[in-house]
Amino acid sequence: MSRTTTDLDALAAALRAAIGADRVITDRQQLRTYECDGLAQYKVIPALVALPADAEQCAAVVRACVAAGTPFVARGSGTGLSGGALPRADGVLVVASQMRDILEIAPDDERAVVQPGVINLAITRAAAPYGYYYAPDPSSQQICSIGGNVAENSGGAHCLKYGFTTNHVLGVELVAPDGDRVRLGGRAPDAPGYDLLGAFVGSEGTLGIATEVTVRLTRLPESVRTLLAAFETTDQAGAATSAIIAAGVVPAAVEMMDALAIEAAEAAVHCGYPPGAGAVLIVELDGPEPEVAAQFAQVESLCRENRAFEIRIAADDAERALFWKGRKSAFAAVGRISPDYIVQDGVIPRTALSEVLRRIGELSAERGIRVANVFHAGDGNLHPLVLFDAAVDGETVRAEEVSGAILDLCVTHGGSITGEHGVGMDKAKYMPRMFTDDDLDTMQLLRCAFDPDGLANPGKVFPTPRLCGEVPGRRKGVHPAQEAGLAEAF
Amino acid sequence: MPADRTLDQLRAAAEVVRAAGEHDTVAGVAARYVAAPRDTGQAASLLRAAAALDLAVTFRGGGTRQDWGSPPRRLDLILDTTALTGVVEHAAGDLITVVRAGTRLDELPGTLAGAGQQLALDAPLPGGTVGGAVATNTSGPRRMLYGTVRDLLIGVTLVRADGVVAHAGGKVVKNVAGYDLGKLVTGAYGTLGLITQCAFRLHPLPAAVAYVSRAVDDPAEAGRLAGTVRAAQLVPTALEVDAPAGERATVTVLLEGTPAGVTARAAAARRLLGADATAADQPPEGWARCPWRDGDVGLKLTAALSGVPRLLSDARAAADRHDLPLSLRGSAGVGVLYAGLPGASDPERVAGLVDALRTTTAAVGGHTVALTAPAPVRDRVDLWGPVPGLELMRRVKQRFDPDARLAPGRFVGGI
Repeated sequence: MSRTTTDLDALAAALRAAIGADRVITDRQQLRTYECDGLAQYKVIPALVALPADAEQCAAVVRACVAAGTPFVARGSGTGLSGGALPRADGVLVVASQMRDILEIAPDDERAVVQPGVINLAITRAAAPYGYYYAPDPSSQQICSIGGNVAENSGGAHCLKYGFTTNHVLGVELVAPDGDRVRLGGRAPDAPGYDLLGAFVGSEGTLGIATEVTVRLTRLPESVRTLLAAFETTDQAGAATSAIIAAGVVPAAVEMMDALAIEAAEAAVHCGYPPGAGAVLIVELDGPEPEVAAQFAQVESLCRENRAFEIRIAADDAERALFWKGRKSAFAAVGRISPDYIVQDGVIPRTALSEVLRRIGELSAERGIRVANVFHAGDGNLHPLVLFDAAVDGETVRAEEVSGAILDLCVTHGGSITGEHGVGMDKAKYMPRMFTDDDLDTMQLLRCAFDPDGLANPGKVFPTPRLCGEVPGRRKGVHPAQEAGLAEAF
Repeated sequence: MPADRTLDQLRAAAEVVRAAGEHDTVAGVAARYVAAPRDTGQAASLLRAAAALDLAVTFRGGGTRQDWGSPPRRLDLILDTTALTGVVEHAAGDLITVVRAGTRLDELPGTLAGAGQQLALDAPLPGGTVGGAVATNTSGPRRMLYGTVRDLLIGVTLVRADGVVAHAGGKVVKNVAGYDLGKLVTGAYGTLGLITQCAFRLHPLPAAVAYVSRAVDDPAEAGRLAGTVRAAQLVPTALEVDAPAGERATVTVLLEGTPAGVTARAAAARRLLGADATAADQPPEGWARCPWRDGDVGLKLTAALSGVPRLLSDARAAADRHDLPLSLRGSAGVGVLYAGLPGASDPERVAGLVDALRTTTAAVGGHTVALTAPAPVRDRVDLWGPVPGLELMRRVKQRFDPDARLAPGRFVGGI
């Protein structure tokens, strides 16, 4: 059942009254610019877009949606790769881009307080003069917003040592799905009560909208050293990674690219990686100078012992940037060698790397679909890039089959269907491969506590909605989700 | 002796079920039955039976923190996890382990150290289990570098109040599939479900360690020194202040790393702390232990980092005003302090001190929680204090345990 034009007009009028006419978009052409996030294969034009200026306006938007029984979807910069911010045709897209002030940099507290639309890298830029930075560094950090990072629990190349968004968010002010403003956590650790903050981070917009985020600032390291090691095979590079971990070294990052990914990066950004490499590793160590000095020598010799045929050591920040340029451009770079591609995100126990790569190679050969591999090798997070040409009959389907089969490999090896990109719209259907019905039902108990009416980003994360049932003292009658046609499965 | 039909029904679910004895109490409240499941399946059967019989249940591991939190409003069954033990998996190459919840935390080094690895979680009370550490969210000095339970727990198996078994997370460190229920049950005092199995990320054991300490007269001075250490490039594993009642305060920096690195950093730490700083390869007395004994009052005080010196001095001054011997110890480097008072302290004075501490911690962005207190103090003091987000927490409890049978009343706001 879709909403009638009259319903939408009434909601648009309510939103204009609440936050101002210039903050509500109803024009079809303008709405179209919000039809997708970073995963452009899904497109839905939202019924309305609201651009609240602050937390109170955001709460007013949500309250208007609740009053109208209309679903809402939050969006930051729209860089997500799982369709988590995909709009609803019958819903309001709440865009955080007008809430982009850094409210406070408090180096004495090792904290920053920011609005959700603030760009990830902007926090580091603001904190760097004090000798601090914001550690989580997704590849999109120049454009992705902190609100989106919180929703997705974003990772990055350096989360091997420093952890993910969830380890760096100390407090959130949010608008709950009923329109209430709630503060969780804060500047001090260990707030009493349930760790709802921990549950909220990574909930992909299904438990509410963050309107203010308090993050940890990390001391800029005294020393950073980076090497690039070239190997003939990915097995050798994997063995070198294992040896580094087994030696008790915790690098800031260990990144691997295979031959096809290297080829793409060379074509796109001319990063000048060693010719003939079947795999390259980028290993970065950071920390106190005497520790880095001791461990860097060890890492170098472990790479050699595992048959690296060339090792380059970054002499300065410019050379380090060049090493990283190839890696960080890898996703976009495959566009140079393939008309279309799927960026996959799966996790395996790191020790299964060799076997899983062999299986991916077999899948690739069987299905005639090339796969370029880029990994966060230290923590087993794979980003296979599945290459295809949509103009060739049947290739899209085969590419999607290969992509799905790679996720199956991850699950059968005890890993995960997503390490950092999130479930969103794209992977909701894969959740039952990793979790039982009881697991998913239990997760949805949490959702029902926050969002009994199922209005916050419905259709994401979970393959099927759960009717939340009645809680004493709450509304009676037809469930609004049912009324809105969102719960037909039940 | 008349037949106990409840006991019979519980025995159908698991073989180790008995009538409660005189020591089977939770914060002073006596239970009627004790059951010790051997695996998750038996735990699920027991919780299903308890649901059918409308029994109120609390969970017990090593029993080291049964006096923490408020007494349960009602209690029928203690579900004891001490038969739910053992390391299920230790994947050294992946730096993870999976353990059953009743496993004692101090038994893990025996399994993990052989591979040069550790679960980097301090145990402030000896004898506690993995499940207990998760349920009460305990941690110690090394949280500064390694984080707390929430940062180390990567997967969890739960049994809900209705006996349904659920998993969240997994066995890989990097994983954003689904809600992070592990964090939800961390520190929930068993009010949302029974934790039967946990997967943790591990860390390599350091090749070298150094504890660099300096004694100072004024606790606030210790707090300021901690700030100096934080701003330097030492990357300490821990940064602790110990200020026992009536004695000088000590600030201690724990450094871990390579032998060469630790030697150089320890020398730098001594320069920072001052001329009379000393370095040792063993921890100082009382390290990673709560500054109180059984039966005492134990408090947890938190602050924004810049507020730590003020918290230390205001806490000491407030204790002096109320004529109470307050021992302070904790992680100045993260803004968490623990405080102990003798159990025999006058409840009125303790209540006055807790009020004063709440005013101070609120002013520095933190909280004061009474983790444990003898009954006369507990009757007089609000253990948890103000809890932001309480309404949402009640809604979560309502969903997970609609009949309020899991440790009812033990947690914040009477949850």
